[in-house]
Amino acid sequence: MNILVCISSVPDTTSKINFKNDNTIFETEGVQFIINPNDEFGLTRAIWLQQSHGANVTVVSVGDSSCEPILRKCLAIGADQAIRIDTIPKDGFQVVAYLTSLLEINKYDLIITGRESIDYNGGMVGGMLATKLKIPYLSNCIYLDIKDDNLKLEREFDGGKEKVSASLPIVIGSQKGLVEEKDLIIPNMRGIMQARQKPLEVLSPEQVELSTQDLSFEKPSEKGPVRLVDAENIDELIDLLENEAKVI
Amino acid sequence: MTILVVIESELGKIKKSGLELASYGRKIADDKGLKLTAVGFNIEDSSVLNKYGVDKLYNVETGEDIFFDVDRYSETITKIIKEENAILIVVSSSADGRYLGPVLSIKTQSAYIPNVVEVPSQYEPIQVKCSCFTNKAFKTSKSLKNRTIISLLSNSFGLNEKASSLELINHNYENRTVNLKVDSVDKVSDKVSIADAQIVVSGGRGLKGPENWYLIEDLAEVLGAATACSKPVSDMGWRPHSEHVGQTGKPVASNLYIAVGVSGAIQHLAGINSSKIKVVINNDPEAPFFKAADYGIVGDAFDVIPKLTEKLKMRK
Repeated sequence: MNILVCISSVPDTTSKINFKNDNTIFETEGVQFIINPNDEFGLTRAIWLQQSHGANVTVVSVGDSSCEPILRKCLAIGADQAIRIDTIPKDGFQVVAYLTSLLEINKYDLIITGRESIDYNGGMVGGMLATKLKIPYLSNCIYLDIKDDNLKLEREFDGGKEKVSASLPIVIGSQKGLVEEKDLIIPNMRGIMQARQKPLEVLSPEQVELSTQDLSFEKPSEKGPVRLVDAENIDELIDLLENEAKVI
Repeated sequence: MTILVVIESELGKIKKSGLELASYGRKIADDKGLKLTAVGFNIEDSSVLNKYGVDKLYNVETGEDIFFDVDRYSETITKIIKEENAILIVVSSSADGRYLGPVLSIKTQSAYIPNVVEVPSQYEPIQVKCSCFTNKAFKTSKSLKNRTIISLLSNSFGLNEKASSLELINHNYENRTVNLKVDSVDKVSDKVSIADAQIVVSGGRGLKGPENWYLIEDLAEVLGAATACSKPVSDMGWRPHSEHVGQTGKPVASNLYIAVGVSGAIQHLAGINSSKIKVVINNDPEAPFFKAADYGIVGDAFDVIPKLTEKLKMRK
C-alpha cells in the first residue's frame, strides 16, 4: 500500500501574525514554522500503517526550499521519502492541480490531507483533489481501519459522528482524534540521522491556472479594555449582557 | 442567473444557519437585481423561507438514504446550479457545509472562498472578506472564475426578515458516483452543537476536574448554550475532544462566549475570536483572557457561576 501525506508548513500556533508590503504579504520574519497540526495527526496514522501493513509513506509539500526542514522532520518521524513541488502556493486550487499531476505519475492508495491548515484555513485541498480524481473523500476523519481494500472510517461533524464504509483509493481529511496528541511521534536521534539519507525529490511544476487571488490582509481592530464587574454584583453583568451587548 | 443558498435542516426543520444564509443571499440578490434560490434536503416545513426573501426552494427527498452524503448532495446541487445558472452559491460554515463546498467547486468549475464574513465588497469579479490564520487576521479574496462558491461564517451576517412568495419545487436525488457510504450516525446528544449555538459556555482547567462540569452544563442549559472546553481539558480527558475549541479544535463564532476558568492561551483566543461578545470569569486577574474579553469578573468560578445560573433562571 502506498500512502501520500500532504504536508503544509505553517506558522507555529503561538505566532503573532503580521503583514508587510502594504498588507499584501504575510511577514515570515521571526516566525517559527511547524508541520500543520492536522497533517501531523494524519502522518502519525500513516506511520502506524507502515508498521502494521508494511505501507510505504511519501510526504509531499508545495513550497520553496524554506519548507524543507519540515519535510526532513516528516522523514525523521518515519516517512520513507519526500517530494517538494518547488513553487510558492497561491491558492488551494493550484495546489490541487500540482497534486493531481503528481498522482497521474505515481499511484497512491491512501491520500491524507489535513482537515485544514491553520494559516489559510481553506480546508479545500482534500475535497477538491478527490473530486478531480473521481475517488471518495472523507473530511474530519477521526477513525480509520483498513482490511484488504475495505475501509471503516468515522467522520466528526457538528454535534456528532458517523460511521462510514469505503474502499481504496480514497482521500481523507485528518484531524485530532485519528490519533491523539500523546501519540504524535517525536523524532529520535536515529530517525534524524536516517532522515538525512532518505530521498527528497524536488519537482519543478508547470504554470497552472488560479481560481482565487488574495488581494490584501488586515488584522482585527484593536478592542477596548475589558469592563470588569464585581464578583458580588452579578446583576450588573446580566444587565450589561441584556441591555448593552444585547446577547441574552 | 440566480443566487443559490444551500440550506441545512435537522429532522425536517430548517436550521437557524439556513435562515442566515437566506438573509445573506437576499441582500446580494437585491444588490444584483437577481432571484434568490435555495436548495434543501428533506425539509418538511418551508414556510419560514417566505419571511427571509427566498423566491424558490428546491426540496430534495432522499428517501431511505437519510444521512448527509457529500457525493449525492453535491451531484444533486450541481444539477440545480446548472439548471438555475447560479453565479454565486453560498454554503454554511458547518462541518457539512465545508465538506460540500470544495467538492461542489470542482463539479461546477467554480472558485471556492471559505470563511466569508461580509457581503462582497465588489461583484464582477466577486471580491469578499474572509477570516484566516484561525481568526488572527482577515483577507480580501478575489474570485477568478465566472462562478463562485463561498462558505459564510456563522453569525457573521445575522438574520434579516424580508417577505417573499416562495415557489416550491421537488427535485430528484441524484445517484452515488463514488464508493463511500454512511452506515450509521451517532449524535452526541440532543444538545445544541458548538457550530449552531448563539451562546457557548466554555470551561478550562480552573474548574479543577470533570466532576465539576455541572457548573458549565447548568449555566449552558439556562442560556440554551452549547458547552465547550479548552485544549488542556480535552487532552486530560475531562471532556471529549469534540468540545475542544481553539486553533486545533473547533472554531467558535457565537454571539456570546463565556469562558470559565480558561486562562486564554493565544491558540484558544484565536479559535474563539470570531465570537461577538466575550465574557471571562477567572480568579486570576493576570489571565491573558482579560485582555481579549469584553466583560470580566475576577472571582472564584465555584462561587460566581452558581449565582449567575440562579439569577438567569429567575429572570426567565
